[in-house]
Amino acid sequence: MALLAHLARELHISELFMSGATHQIACHECDLIHNIPVMPARAAACCVRCGSVLLQTKVNSIDRTLAWTIAGLVLYAVAVSFPFLAMKNGPIGNETGLLSGIQQLTNQGIIPLAVLVLLTCLLIPLIQMLSLLYIFIPMKLNIRVKFAIPVFRLFKHVKPWSMMEIYMLGILVSIVKLGEMATIVPGLAVIAFSLLIFVLNFALSSVDTHMVWERLERKS
Amino acid sequence: MNATHVSARQLGLVSCHACHLLSRMPKTSAHEVAHCSRCGEELHQRKPNSLTRTWALVIAAIIFYIPANYLPMTITSTLGTVSADTIMSGVIYFVHNGSWGIALVVFVASVLVPILKFSILIYLLLSIQFKSIWRPKERTRLYRFTEAVGRWSMLDIYVVTILVALVKLGVLGSIEAGPAAIYFAAVVVITMIAAAGFDPRLIWDVVEEQNE
Ligand SMILES: [Zn+2]
Repeated sequence: MALLAHLARELHISELFMSGATHQIACHECDLIHNIPVMPARAAACCVRCGSVLLQTKVNSIDRTLAWTIAGLVLYAVAVSFPFLAMKNGPIGNETGLLSGIQQLTNQGIIPLAVLVLLTCLLIPLIQMLSLLYIFIPMKLNIRVKFAIPVFRLFKHVKPWSMMEIYMLGILVSIVKLGEMATIVPGLAVIAFSLLIFVLNFALSSVDTHMVWERLERKS
Repeated sequence: MNATHVSARQLGLVSCHACHLLSRMPKTSAHEVAHCSRCGEELHQRKPNSLTRTWALVIAAIIFYIPANYLPMTITSTLGTVSADTIMSGVIYFVHNGSWGIALVVFVASVLVPILKFSILIYLLLSIQFKSIWRPKERTRLYRFTEAVGRWSMLDIYVVTILVALVKLGVLGSIEAGPAAIYFAAVVVITMIAAAGFDPRLIWDVVEEQNE
């Protein structure tokens, strides 16, 4: 076993630095080394030991990401500027926007909570879309911009904190909860917001991470 | 693809956390940190202090979880009467209301998911510390599940935010966010950071050490 491991060590290091056709990736969940062949479009490579996805290739990554991101920004603008939910009980009504809840929490002095909701439902999705534009527009035009690498790293780091779909479920729960008290009328912004959840997901899944890193590396 | 199972660690290579570029682990002194040549992220063979950090955060989250359940999440005042709702009484409200589906969703997100997350992380930490080689693949899958599912606990925080916005001081009454909301938000954020700081490769390091 020791001899085998030793042989493998020689083989892998020489392959790593000599061959251009394949490249090596370590599984980020179990650290196993894989030789990745040139992959066909729309394919995924999975770890042979633990099954996690090593990398995925996409078709037309740049164009599709840009298209979905621009659509997402339009929907985002609608979602923040139009009325979100309205509550009606006879003549009494109360119309709210996406930001009202955050404002109300701030008024009640629960600022950390207001910040958390603002970040996870509004700012981080916006950061995601803007950083995609910042990386993919120059890539499309074949020009280089400063800070593309830190921006893409930021994009990767904020991803788990984007939680619009959970907020949407929260709306559903609230409607049921207030159902006895009053009628809840969804506004235009709710439609835009729910479409945005899908559109942002399409944008994120069109990003070919490996391709982006390779292109950013070649430029720097 | 790979007949002999060799890990990057065994070859003295390090995989970047951000861009997954594989490079030789540079020799650095204790105070120096190596950076990835492609993206500039700090290079670590394994996530730094993974076990200690995860333990500390899980314990902190469990401590916060107690007031999160005990204190009121929302304080509702309608027509002179004031009622405080905890996480559990919110679930019970839906059950009495006949909204079984919603009751189940809220129960899963606010009660089941945090408890599952604590238990799975503690189990994974103990399994590494006791050098378990039992079903590493399933344990890795368990970790992946924990990491993916934790964010859904934010549900109750959003419900509070939406209720507070809709029911402003009006004739209908008002709803205020209770002190539990902050504790519960802290639980969700801390467990997410705990899961992100846990390194599943430690599970496999134990297995590799046993085989060597
Ligand atoms: Zn793996």
